[in-house]
Amino acid sequence: MNEIHVAASAPVGTVTGNRGLIVEEPLIFEQGTDTGSGVDLPEPFDVPDRLGDFRRTGPIGLPGLAEPQVVRHYTRLSQKNYSIDAGFYPLGSCTMKYNPRLNEKIARTPGLGDLHPFQPVSTAQGALAVIHTLAGWLMELTGMAGVAMSPAAGAHGELCGVMAIRAAQEAKGNPRKVILVPESAHGTNPATAALCGYSVVAIPATAEGRVDIAALKAKLNDDVAGIMLTNPNTCGLFERDVREIAELVHGAGAFFYMDGANFNAIIGRVKVADLGVDAMHINLHKTFSTPHGGGGPGAGPTVFSEALAKFAPLPFVKKSGETFELVETRAQAGADAQPFGRMKGFHGQFGVMLRALSYAMALGKDGLKQASGDAVLNANYILARLKDTLSAPFEGPCMHEALFDDGFLKDTGVTTLDMAKALIDEGYHPMTMYFPLVVHGALLIEPTETESKQTLDLFIETMQALAAKAKSGDSEFFHAAPRLTPRRRLDETLAARKPVLRWSQKAD
Amino acid sequence: MAKIYFSEEHEWISVEGGVGTVGITEFAQEQLGDVVFVELPEVGATIDKGDDVAVVESVKAASEVYSPVSGEVVEINEELADAPGLVNQHAEGDGWFYKVDLSDDSELDDLMTRAEYDAFVEGLE
Amino acid sequence: MRYLPLSADDRRDMLAAIGAGSVEDLFVDVPQEVRDAAVFDLPDHQGELAIERAFTRFAMQNLSPGCAPSFLGAGAYRHHIPAAVDALIQRGEFLTSYTPYQPEISQGTLQALFEFQTQVCLLTGMEVANASMYDAATGCAEAALMAARVTRRKAVLISGGVHPHYAEVIETQLGFTDIACDRLDPDPVGIEDLIGRVDQHHACVVVQTPNFFGRFADYTALAAECRAVGALLVIAVSEPVSLGALKPPGEMGADIVVVDGSSLGMPLSFGGPGVGLFATREKYVRNMPGRLVGETVDVDGHRGWVLTLSTREQHIRREKATSNICTNSGLCALAFSIHVAMLGETGYTGLAEVNHKTAVQLAKRVATVPGVKVHAAAFFNEFAVMLPKPAAEVVEALAKKGILGGVPVSRFYPSYPEMENLLLLAATETNSAEDIEALVAALTEVLR
Repeated sequence: MNEIHVAASAPVGTVTGNRGLIVEEPLIFEQGTDTGSGVDLPEPFDVPDRLGDFRRTGPIGLPGLAEPQVVRHYTRLSQKNYSIDAGFYPLGSCTMKYNPRLNEKIARTPGLGDLHPFQPVSTAQGALAVIHTLAGWLMELTGMAGVAMSPAAGAHGELCGVMAIRAAQEAKGNPRKVILVPESAHGTNPATAALCGYSVVAIPATAEGRVDIAALKAKLNDDVAGIMLTNPNTCGLFERDVREIAELVHGAGAFFYMDGANFNAIIGRVKVADLGVDAMHINLHKTFSTPHGGGGPGAGPTVFSEALAKFAPLPFVKKSGETFELVETRAQAGADAQPFGRMKGFHGQFGVMLRALSYAMALGKDGLKQASGDAVLNANYILARLKDTLSAPFEGPCMHEALFDDGFLKDTGVTTLDMAKALIDEGYHPMTMYFPLVVHGALLIEPTETESKQTLDLFIETMQALAAKAKSGDSEFFHAAPRLTPRRRLDETLAARKPVLRWSQKAD
Repeated sequence: MAKIYFSEEHEWISVEGGVGTVGITEFAQEQLGDVVFVELPEVGATIDKGDDVAVVESVKAASEVYSPVSGEVVEINEELADAPGLVNQHAEGDGWFYKVDLSDDSELDDLMTRAEYDAFVEGLE
Repeated sequence: MRYLPLSADDRRDMLAAIGAGSVEDLFVDVPQEVRDAAVFDLPDHQGELAIERAFTRFAMQNLSPGCAPSFLGAGAYRHHIPAAVDALIQRGEFLTSYTPYQPEISQGTLQALFEFQTQVCLLTGMEVANASMYDAATGCAEAALMAARVTRRKAVLISGGVHPHYAEVIETQLGFTDIACDRLDPDPVGIEDLIGRVDQHHACVVVQTPNFFGRFADYTALAAECRAVGALLVIAVSEPVSLGALKPPGEMGADIVVVDGSSLGMPLSFGGPGVGLFATREKYVRNMPGRLVGETVDVDGHRGWVLTLSTREQHIRREKATSNICTNSGLCALAFSIHVAMLGETGYTGLAEVNHKTAVQLAKRVATVPGVKVHAAAFFNEFAVMLPKPAAEVVEALAKKGILGGVPVSRFYPSYPEMENLLLLAATETNSAEDIEALVAALTEVLR
């Protein structure tokens, strides 16, 4: 099954194949011994075992490495990663802002980071107070009536929101059949609607990059359970008609789910309740600066309007007098709550909540307003300075991300992907490419508020130079990029045609 | 003598003795890029015209294949499991997807001839 | 505002370049009344010192399991984490990178996840594993949905030994689909007959080993029955350390295995974030949820890794995706993987032995307390005991003595009076002989 071998030759002619700080590192299974270990364990009690007939009979097959070998292995792997700590990461719709180290310290506070989910609640009042306090911040920042704290990520929060919508429609007697989703939506939106048993009907965008109200009106009827609308939208624009959209949706007996992926643009400036929103998830790993960790963990608390709040899932924290209660079962929930169920084991992403609360407290209401202002300012600065070099499909001002299409690459033989790969050689993480789908060859740039003007200026100059180079006809330069990375372009077709998804012992 | 027809969804069907062989067109494979996987219907399945009966995947896209006719699936191209690249190499030959025993020959009347399909594709570009 | 680099001069220059009078002007598309109405009853920014003080106050209202003899389990187990694990996952290159969409500059994360996938296969005895789910509970729900896709059936059977949170998450998710959920009553004594209940309507049977009450079963015969009726067998594991001592689920014939990985590499953190391990057979890989890392070569022929089989996922397949999952639990998967790498073969099996024998010692000593009846003959590191009075009261009384003495089953099953006195006790390598004696003494006193 495994036909791929480590190339023996060095990329630039070193004996080892290494290039200075970029060191070739074999798999951990290609290192170590049968008996090595990086831990020294306590002696077991001298008692007979009670495993019955269920004992493992064969070895697991793990390699044995001493602690220094393990540390070197992962340190070397880490050096092959781009990161926000190391450079500009303008990945649109991902909000790659700086992750404050205070958050990490707070999450490791003894008495918080090491709590067991099922210790008696009388011994975890401080933990419940943390959840309750963060819930309070989220409700105040959005003006919403309730919040479900347990969703584990943005997509999980979407699921929570649409489940609450379905529960509310069912309580009214008919779950309905359809969720409306603008064609510019993230893929998670239609996938979420499908997981809740809804079919998806797309709403087209106008030439301005916003929801087509006439098309929306035409599609609203008794079958529509709700709409999922990202706002600011994925074209980087605020939906000016959002309140009219909410009224139309409510008028049809449907609910308004606002995808909060882009909340960073408006935090501290807008209460989404005032826009007519019924539910919105908040990506704590975007807007509230908790680290992305190479793909999680995140958290997606979901705020609810009065109409949906009582359907919020278990568990939730209730304050009675000076005591916090953790409501874990329907029996405890009380007559006024109708939780639609449970979405996650235990009580949610407590460690992420600690970091998010630490961030919220660090910025405060004044800092959060400044942060969204700087995020929007940075994006507009990029839009203003690059709109004559690249091609901007829509009129500004934009919100916290600037969208370009590939019009400027027409007839150059250079694609958006090539441009991105050339940026990698320049020391940048590329922007989001080919999303949203509503513009051709999209380049979506989200600088965030934690970048300096100096960083933006250098990035802008780099983009200008690369665009000029593309227009000069040197397409080969782009096709061969990146050249300076630990690996160059990888063969994704081979990976998909003959999937090798694990290491296995090669037969000699 | 086999006769070949084309659909607006870029499928071809070659009919001989009441059995049609279905695949995707040369134009479709070019649009998709390197095909990495083809999900085929089950032999014995009854399909209706317009049903999504197969999925063809490239690295970054997955496209449904809609049956141009109704009938019963009598054979599938087992070779595609190990060699999906056949679709790129011989889209309108060895890269066929499945064979269907037609239940209604008149459905073929709604399809295009090669000349009509070529003109249709030209209109798209 | 220490996280914000722009100066007042920068802002002025940038606004001039944009041609806007103020930052407020950039928000022109947001209705003016909405902006005017946004008044927040929240504090202003604070320095590090003030925030640390605030969190220390929160922490002081908790009893840390690190500072008390603790016998808590019920799906979450406290283990010692080697210092190197936390140091390595705090490297910015791991901590502050995004999902590895650009493989040329993400080989670190990709190789680590490829190694993680391999470790999960080895531990579970399965053929392929994904790059992680949020946790075991959501992993079980994904497994049920996947089984329904594979079998095209519309019913799922859940054992009464499955962790109630896993079962509730499956029930919640399936409740929004047309798939029926047949959840059996809690099964503390191991009498349920799954072989007699699974039939050709079921997409899968979900079981757990060791189960919520600490008991084992060999599911080999159940796997055979599932194959006979065309259903898949899903085996959940809430304590991955047990895999170092017990027959792996793959060997019993599991089709999908879901493991709660939070025992290794990461602190308990009140139950989250954790990580769900998800493994299956190779033939089902295209029906699998979640991200997958695969091996390939670059244009120079060097071995490297990429995200692969992405057409299953939401960003490509949209409403036809196998799941809506996007962000998963990457850093926790890395922490798990580093801890497993630190242990190695001898460390992993050794850790399992220490855990088991500590629990055997605990069972032996607790059985001497008057009125306490240990409920299982064979177990790994957790077992149920029947007390002469309600377990929740006993646990509360023990907490007042500074001991975290187990988890009352009634916390999960408040409407089953026959389980009111049932207590789950777990032991790990973190429990010393002194801890055990402290529990025995306190329990004797509380039950007197």
